[in-house]
Amino acid sequence: MALTDIAIEVRGLTKRFGDFVANDHISMQIKSGTVHGLLGENGAGKTTMMNMLSGILQPTSGEILVHGQSVHLASAKDATQLGIGMVHQHFMLVENFTVLENIMLGVEETKGPGVLNRHDARDKIMALSKRYGLSIDPDAQVADISVGMQQRVEILKVLYRNADILIFDEPTAVLTPQEIKELLAIFRRLANEGKAVVLISHKLKELQAVADVTTIIRRGKVIDTVDTKTTSTEKLAELMVGRHVTFQRERVPMPAGPEILKITDLRVVDKQKVTRVHDFDLTIHGGEIVGLAGIDGNGQSELVRAITGLMPTAGGQVTIAGQDRTGATPRQITRSGVGHIPEDRQRYGLILPMSLVDNMSLQVYTLAPYSHHGVLNPKAMIANTENLLSEYDVRHSNIEEPAGSLSGGNQQKLIIARELSREPQLLIAVNPTRGLDVGAIEFIHQQLLAARAAGHAILLISYELDEIRQLADRVAVIHDGTIVGQAETNALSESEIGLLMAGETVSGKEEMLNAH
Amino acid sequence: MRIKNLRFGNLWISVTSVILGMLVGAIIMLLSGFNPIENYVSLFTGAVGSPNAIGEVLREATPLILTGLGFAVANSAGFFNIGLAGQALAGWLASVTFALAFPHAPGFILLPGAILAGAIAGALWSGIAGFLRAYFGASEVITTIMLNYVALYATNAIVKGFLAKGDGDYSPTIPVQARLRTPFLEHLTQNSTFHWGILVSLAAVVVVWWLMKKTTLGFEIRAVGMNEDASRYAGMSTKRTIISAMLISGCLAGLGGAMEGLGNFQNIIVNTALPSIGFDGMSVSLLATGSPVGIVLAALLFGMLKIGGLNISIASTTPPEIVDIVIAAVIFFVGANYLIRYLSVKLRRHPRQPEAVASDTQPEAAVAERAAQAEEEGEDTK
Repeated sequence: MALTDIAIEVRGLTKRFGDFVANDHISMQIKSGTVHGLLGENGAGKTTMMNMLSGILQPTSGEILVHGQSVHLASAKDATQLGIGMVHQHFMLVENFTVLENIMLGVEETKGPGVLNRHDARDKIMALSKRYGLSIDPDAQVADISVGMQQRVEILKVLYRNADILIFDEPTAVLTPQEIKELLAIFRRLANEGKAVVLISHKLKELQAVADVTTIIRRGKVIDTVDTKTTSTEKLAELMVGRHVTFQRERVPMPAGPEILKITDLRVVDKQKVTRVHDFDLTIHGGEIVGLAGIDGNGQSELVRAITGLMPTAGGQVTIAGQDRTGATPRQITRSGVGHIPEDRQRYGLILPMSLVDNMSLQVYTLAPYSHHGVLNPKAMIANTENLLSEYDVRHSNIEEPAGSLSGGNQQKLIIARELSREPQLLIAVNPTRGLDVGAIEFIHQQLLAARAAGHAILLISYELDEIRQLADRVAVIHDGTIVGQAETNALSESEIGLLMAGETVSGKEEMLNAH
Repeated sequence: MRIKNLRFGNLWISVTSVILGMLVGAIIMLLSGFNPIENYVSLFTGAVGSPNAIGEVLREATPLILTGLGFAVANSAGFFNIGLAGQALAGWLASVTFALAFPHAPGFILLPGAILAGAIAGALWSGIAGFLRAYFGASEVITTIMLNYVALYATNAIVKGFLAKGDGDYSPTIPVQARLRTPFLEHLTQNSTFHWGILVSLAAVVVVWWLMKKTTLGFEIRAVGMNEDASRYAGMSTKRTIISAMLISGCLAGLGGAMEGLGNFQNIIVNTALPSIGFDGMSVSLLATGSPVGIVLAALLFGMLKIGGLNISIASTTPPEIVDIVIAAVIFFVGANYLIRYLSVKLRRHPRQPEAVASDTQPEAAVAERAAQAEEEGEDTK
């Protein structure tokens, strides 16, 4: 197979859902041996197109050619047979199977009827693992391995089925910066081995780091295909959203406000009696954004749950605006002026089947004018909802529609509208822009900065270092449940923060990091 | 607009279930050599053909509305109350006992007192299961089933041991001023057992609707039922909400039992099985997909099937069990709700892959599908 071989080509591919055109006459070519980026906002039609290429959806019209042959993909199985493999955003692994069993699943090799031939499978898998630099532990249970390794297992699953066209749907959404770096290197390696790699993403930085060419899709149409290396970030963003997007966040200097959040010596122990947070001290003042950087699972969730009253504390003190709020109920804490943008918007932030009105009223429904003596006042709830939805530009069709029908970005905007509208003294924002596109991220960042300018204290917990570096006045790094260093954001480089996140020390800066 | 379509969708499913159930009944009648058309005609005349029949249907529907509402309230909080029968029995026992205890009290005290006693007894009985679930995480499915049996045998023991005269297995009849049946209603409906309890049921429909839609407690019950984590995040006490929902549910079931005691039977007997209003109430609520108005209609339908069904075996040689088959088939198709929903999506639109809407790409399709999912996850009609 020559490196210039066109692995997959689509001509005039169109997909309609009723009156809605998700893909409108899309034509593009993807070459073997390249990493091909597919860039677009949430809802632009990227996933629909890839679902057609992997046989999950059938096009309304248009043609798909694999290695120059026109094909009809009636099911995912057809796609697999033609060497097309898809790695989904949410992993499809059996948690209590081993890595080896997961990779074999569905294409088990047997010796004799019903007897698995683990030995041959293992040899084949380990050979693939070596060839593509996908390090795994074949005998570990999937439940016990890191998210990064789960992703490598997903890739091996596809390779094990002899795929030479690999499609990745938002593969880095759940990875840490280090894991992202490793994954991008794997993409490069796959391409060098002659595979065609399609990377669906709305993260410009990643595409620029790894994609050879990038096709931009907007509202179901191909806008352009560009050489990624010679195209600026600003240009890519503009092509994607159709207007100019700024990446610079204006942080006006703010005088130090009063002490709003003071955490001393906090200790949190979970139900399994594992200490999740210990010796934790942090202070945030009004008009200040403190970014808490750390690798997922180092106690951030438990910290937030303890501050907001969702989880008991095992020791220490949480003071909010001078009042001791250790062990208070979630409602008491909310009432003392705390807004909380939770980590998992669908599990904690919203009640998806309930209407936009109900969701917007979640934190205030017991207060006048939204209710009197236990009787709701729908008029006030509706008026408040309508105001906030338009003020925060939450795209919706009807205020009685369920929150679950909003797109992810609009769901997040609804939560932010609800939490900020109460003018909290302290806002706790956990991954506020996870999974959103640059347009929505820009909006949410502006809202956070506006809250800061209004003198609110903000605790920003994010797995995106860029986000913390853009927004935070001060960065604190959490590792293994405690702060291992904090400093003015500009005083630390990205790699220094990365070292701290991994539990290392930064030579020469120890004194500064412990100063706070 | 879409929400309205969905509401219509729910009605459509209920109606389809009834039609399919009756078709299955017809097929079985045909296979057994009976004439389905003739039988359905006699069922219909047996249900609405005379004032007496209508009175009996309304009497039959009265407790079913209450137990149906009881199931719906608990279900809104994500709580599967299988204990309606036991709670109804507790309500029946308490109301009759109260009425017998004060034989000389005036009616305006005795009747409301007896009804209230029934409601409280039902609430206490379900409260046990609510408490165990809220504080110890005990599955309400298991505890309410067990409490059903405790209620059955405890009631029987109390009736035999304390209420019945001598070796009898029934209590004396309650005083006249505690009875819901009156000569006026009997006269109106040609000596049917129709009683004033229907007013209690209809009042309960309004109160439950108001409670669930217009109060903060109803808001909390719905929120907890749909997403316990987010409810806690919003500062709701999930324990208090679960117990409240269970108390209301049991209170309604207890009222249903009181209607049987004060209206239908006017005494309490030793039962060999749990009162059927418990499980029938579940069916009514499921058929109505939890909507209060739907519960009234579903309870009337059940009343018609049960009362009209008696006429089938009078008018022909068809055994009365055939009606039970029809009812069972209706419930089966309600349970197969998902199947009907699936078919309706297939039939109403051109074929569409459900995977498509899992992504973020098709607003229109996604709205409809996610809303449907949301409903399946337990949302009642808006």
